[in-house]
Amino acid sequence: MDPFRRLEAVALPLARANVDTDQIVPARFLQKPRAVGFGQFLFHDLRCDAAFALDQADYHGARIVVAGRNFACGSSREHAVWALQDYGFRAAIAPSFGDIFHSNALKNGFLPVVLPEAAVDAMLGALLAAPGMRIAIDLERQRVDAAGETCRFEIAPFAKHCLLEGLDELGYTLSQVARIEAFERR
Amino acid sequence: MTTLLDKIWAQHRVLEREDGQTLLYVDRHYLQEGSAAAFEMLRQRGLAPRVPARALAVADHYVPTDSRDLAAVADPERREMAQVLGRNAQGGGIRMFALDDPRQGIVHVIGPEQGATQPGLLIVCGDSHTSTHGALGALAFGIGATEMAHVLATQTLWQRKPKSMRIAVEGTLGEGVSAKDVILAIIARIGAAGAVGHAVEYAGGAIERLSVEGRLTVCNMSVEAGARAGLVAPDDTTFEYLAGRPFAPQGAGWEEALARWRALCTEPGTAFDREVTLDAREIVPMVTWGTSPEDALPVTGRVPDPAAAADAARRDAMLRSLAYMGLAPGTPITSIAVDRVFIGSCTNSRIEDLRAAAAVAKGRKVARGVQAWVVPGSGLVKAQAEAEGLDRVFLESGFQWRHAGCSMCIGVNGDVVEPGRRCASTSNRNFAGRQGPGARTHLMSPAMAAAAAVTGRLSDVRRLMAGA
Repeated sequence: MDPFRRLEAVALPLARANVDTDQIVPARFLQKPRAVGFGQFLFHDLRCDAAFALDQADYHGARIVVAGRNFACGSSREHAVWALQDYGFRAAIAPSFGDIFHSNALKNGFLPVVLPEAAVDAMLGALLAAPGMRIAIDLERQRVDAAGETCRFEIAPFAKHCLLEGLDELGYTLSQVARIEAFERR
Repeated sequence: MTTLLDKIWAQHRVLEREDGQTLLYVDRHYLQEGSAAAFEMLRQRGLAPRVPARALAVADHYVPTDSRDLAAVADPERREMAQVLGRNAQGGGIRMFALDDPRQGIVHVIGPEQGATQPGLLIVCGDSHTSTHGALGALAFGIGATEMAHVLATQTLWQRKPKSMRIAVEGTLGEGVSAKDVILAIIARIGAAGAVGHAVEYAGGAIERLSVEGRLTVCNMSVEAGARAGLVAPDDTTFEYLAGRPFAPQGAGWEEALARWRALCTEPGTAFDREVTLDAREIVPMVTWGTSPEDALPVTGRVPDPAAAADAARRDAMLRSLAYMGLAPGTPITSIAVDRVFIGSCTNSRIEDLRAAAAVAKGRKVARGVQAWVVPGSGLVKAQAEAEGLDRVFLESGFQWRHAGCSMCIGVNGDVVEPGRRCASTSNRNFAGRQGPGARTHLMSPAMAAAAAVTGRLSDVRRLMAGA
């Protein structure tokens, strides 16, 4: 897992609520092997609409998604994270996330940033007014800088530590196997 | 003061981390084809399943529903998805119900059907509709591929305890109103993100009077309201359902289990982080009009007008949904014609669902130009329906009677709705493209879907029941 420390990049505005996992990567592509790279399927059906922002020149190199509430609701498919990552995205900012996506994201080194709805709305307004605008996320200091505004965000310390160091949880759990064995003997 | 969630959580706590996350012991791990990536992660680390006896595998997403012959699946990637699960299960020493086994079916149908889903168990599966199993008083939730690999390797999972939410449905449901209408009414009320970060305990007289199958339908769609888990406290209805099922405790073990299970309830007077109450008498047959399950309304209503939306964001979302759905504001719901009907999915493919649909179909014909399917949730549901003659009712009405699988709920096995076609569906998601690219989905109960099949349009099943 690549460490995540600080990211300053173009942000893609998705000014809509409930962008579900079927929009992020339609189910018919889930049969593809992981190695194929899921970036090519990211927002596949939405991109059929030429007005969809992702393919516009302003958003070339975008690495942050800013979306409405309940981003990535729906299925448990980790492909939703992989599609965003394989395309080049490293973080998403929204007022809330689908619970399963939120946990899948952290386990893949992809940062889900939860900010108050008003802050996200303001950010979306600024991004739509100035396409191609850059946003900075500083994980260590837990802050987002966008359009002259700074927002602080919360993240669980262990998840933060894993992201900063590029660690995954499994290694830690395997080091606690004696506790698991003790539980099993109860 | 403790909730049902508190009790199950405490019983599965292995250790706590400084940041408040808990390592939970997993009693049951259900596996379907979506587990392929998890097994690959395991292999890359040189690990094997820690407790294979706690896992149960079944292929449901990619299996054909027109035959039981995997070799006849033309698409090699789809065939491989169904086959690789068999290899992974065999390699890991995990029990699997193969396609030719009558116990094969949708994972969320067969867990309860086999009695493998029991009160107080902690159950996970790499599928968001794992919330279904909470209907028997289990704590059950969907997980991703990395989490699946973690469970396979350690039989545990790190979780932050969700907040508690109680949704009470008080009073008695009216004639023609089912569990599906209850959960659609709940989601319409609280929204698709209404329960994010919460585990929902469903309660109240209307929930208590639901059968286990009805409760499975309600808990199934918890995730469509944003909750990873939904639960119903186990009661005599639960125990009667479980008694004698293959995986259920037997003899003295059954009595011990009953004593344990009876303690699994929220202590009276316990406060939840959030509480919502609905009046069952106000719930009528529901349908969705848009592309989120929260876009649900009474069948007696009209397609809503974006001009009346509370804010610009909601208006834009409604305009997008209506354009995708090919609907005009103000259209009476019952004037919307359908092309396809799908009765099936982990939400509504159990025997009671098929009985309810057959009661409406009996003596009627599927409307001209409509293609209607019934896809039982398991081989055992199919056999039971055939023993009751329901297959004859459906076939004589003009429905297709198919084999068990997820089928047209998600369409990854090729069972799709064509672009621009409109489907009355008993499944759980009306997301754009869910039933196939460009497919237009209206969610509803099995009886309502049967009513749509025989009338050719979205219809109030109560009018058919009255013989009108």
